[in-house]
Amino acid sequence: MSGSGIATGEFSPKLGYGATLAIACLWMTPFVWMLVAAFNPQSIGAGMASLIPDYVPTLANFREAWASADFPRYGLNTVIITLGILAVQLVTITLAGYAFARLEFPGRTLCFYLFLLQLMLAPVVLIVPNLTTIAKLGLYDTLLGVMAPYFASAFGAFLMRQAFRAIPRELEDAALIDGASVLQRIRLIYLPLAKPSLIAFSIVSVTAHWNEFLWPLMVINSPDLRPLTVGLASFTRGAEGAQAWGVIAAGTLMVSAPLLIAFALFQRAFVNSFVSSGIK
Amino acid sequence: MAEAVLTGISETRTRPAGWRPRRTTLVALTLLAPSLVFLTLFTYWPVIQVVWQSLFNQQRVGGPQVYVGAANFFKLFADNAFRKALSNNLIYAFGTVVPSLVLALGFAMALARSSRINALFRALFFLPVLIPLVAAASIFLFIFLPGVGLLDYHLAKLALSGPNWLGDPDIALYAIMGLTIWKNAGYYMLFFLAGLQAVPADAYEAAILDGAGPWQRLRYVTLPYLKPTIGFVMVIGLLNVVTQVDHVFVLTKGGPSDSTNLLLFYVYQQAVESYDAGKAAAGTLVMLALLLAISASSLRTLERSFGERDT
Repeated sequence: MSGSGIATGEFSPKLGYGATLAIACLWMTPFVWMLVAAFNPQSIGAGMASLIPDYVPTLANFREAWASADFPRYGLNTVIITLGILAVQLVTITLAGYAFARLEFPGRTLCFYLFLLQLMLAPVVLIVPNLTTIAKLGLYDTLLGVMAPYFASAFGAFLMRQAFRAIPRELEDAALIDGASVLQRIRLIYLPLAKPSLIAFSIVSVTAHWNEFLWPLMVINSPDLRPLTVGLASFTRGAEGAQAWGVIAAGTLMVSAPLLIAFALFQRAFVNSFVSSGIK
Repeated sequence: MAEAVLTGISETRTRPAGWRPRRTTLVALTLLAPSLVFLTLFTYWPVIQVVWQSLFNQQRVGGPQVYVGAANFFKLFADNAFRKALSNNLIYAFGTVVPSLVLALGFAMALARSSRINALFRALFFLPVLIPLVAAASIFLFIFLPGVGLLDYHLAKLALSGPNWLGDPDIALYAIMGLTIWKNAGYYMLFFLAGLQAVPADAYEAAILDGAGPWQRLRYVTLPYLKPTIGFVMVIGLLNVVTQVDHVFVLTKGGPSDSTNLLLFYVYQQAVESYDAGKAAAGTLVMLALLLAISASSLRTLERSFGERDT
C-alpha cells in the first residue's frame, strides 16, 4: 500500500483531503461511542448519547454482560468453529492446490470450473438446502454442522495453486530423486515456501467465520453451542430500550475486540490478505 | 488405497510410458477428492436439490411430494413480501454500491500518498470491515434509537427532529443502507489504493502539461486507468448486497411491513418461520441466478487471475 508510482499531490487537493479527514471522524463515531458507553458507570439518562468520557471508567457493564449472557462459552464456540474450519481447509486447499499446480490429468479443466462454481455461488445463499443436508447427516445443532459446508474452499485451492506454481520445479525434482513421496514433497518443499499465501488465506478465513451469523443461527439450537455473533444478536434483541446500551456496548466490544486487536498487531498482513480476498 | 498411491515413489520416473498418465490421474483425483467430497455435499447437491424442490410441493403437511411445475415460482412472485424484498434489494443494491464506490475512491485518492497520518486514516476506514455485521448492527440499533439515540440526540442539539429511523417504513431501508455503506466503503478502498498504484506518474505529468485541471485529470487519466478496478469492486459490492443480511435480522427483522426485507432474509423467513420449502427453494433459485449473473460478468477476470486461460 505504499504509494510509489503515484504523482505526489495529484489525488489530494486540499479540499478533498480535508473532506476525507472530516468523514474519517464521522466514520469513527460509532466506535468512539461504543467505547465511551462500554466503560460508563451509569448507562441510563441523558448522558447516554455523550461522546465524551466524563466519568471514572468501570467494568460494571462488562460484568453485567457476562452475567446475562455466557460470552466466554460463546467465545470458545467461535474459536472452535473458526479454527476447526481453518484446520480442515488448510489440508483440502493444499492438496487440491498442488493437483492444480503441478499435475496434468484429463478432466483438469472440468475440475477447475467445478471449483469455480463454488466461488460464484456463495455458500450462504444455499443455507436452506444445506440445513436439510446437515440434518440428514445428524449434524443439526452441532458445531461440526456449522463448520462442514466450509471445509472445501475454491478460493483457497486457487490461491495455493498460484503460490505453488511460483515455486521452481527443480526443487521438487531434487526431492523426487531422493525418493520423496507426493505428500512428503508437498510438506517439505511446497508448504514452507508458500507460507505467505497460507497466512493470507488464514486471515481471510478466520475473519469470515468469526463474523458469520446467519448459517450458525440456523444450525445451532442449544444456547450453549452459540457462537459469539448469534449470542450477541439474541442478547441485543432481548435487551429492552435505552438503558441497555452500556451493556450492549460492552458485549459488542467483547465480540469485536479480538479481530480488531489482531488487526492492530498485523496490519500489513491483514490488508494484503484482504486485497487478495477480493477474488473470493 | 490412498496410502499406496501417495507413498509410491515417483509417477514421472522409471514407469513404462503407458503407465504415466493413469498414475498421475489417480494421484490428482486422490488429492482433489477431499475438496470434491465437500463441494459435492454442500455446493452441487444443494443446487440440484433446490431445483428439484422448486418443482415439487407437498399438498398437505406430511403428504407426498407432488410435481407442481412452475407453481412455486408463480406463488413466489404472487407473494407481496417477495416482490417487496426483490424491489428492496434493487434499491438497496443501487443505494449502497454506488455511494460506497464513490466514497472508497475518494478515500483512496486522498490517502494514496504514503505517510504515517495517511496510513492511520486508511486503518480507521478499514476498521468497520473487521467487526461482525451483527456487532455493527448492535451499535447502529442505538444510534437510530428514537429520541435518545446518538443521531436524534445530536439532531436535537441542532433543533432538528429526526424521523423514527427504523420504525418508519419509508425511512428504515435507507437507515440500513447507511450502515452498509459505513461497513463496506473501507474494504473497497483497499482495491482502489492498489489500483491507483498502477497509474503511471507520467500520465499525470503529461495531463498537467496539457493544462488539465484536477477534474479533467480525474476524468481522463485516473478513471480510465481504474476501469478494471471499478468493475471488479462493483461485482464484489453486488455480491455482498445479495449475501449479507445479518444486520436486517438484528435491526428490523425485515419490518416494518416488509419495508426492509431483502431476498436472503425472505428465504430465511420462508424456511425457518413459515416452513414453506417450495417457496424457500424457488427463492433460493432466484438468488442463485442473480449470483451467477453477477459473477459471470467477472468470469474472465477470475479465469485470468487463476490462470486457467493460461498465462
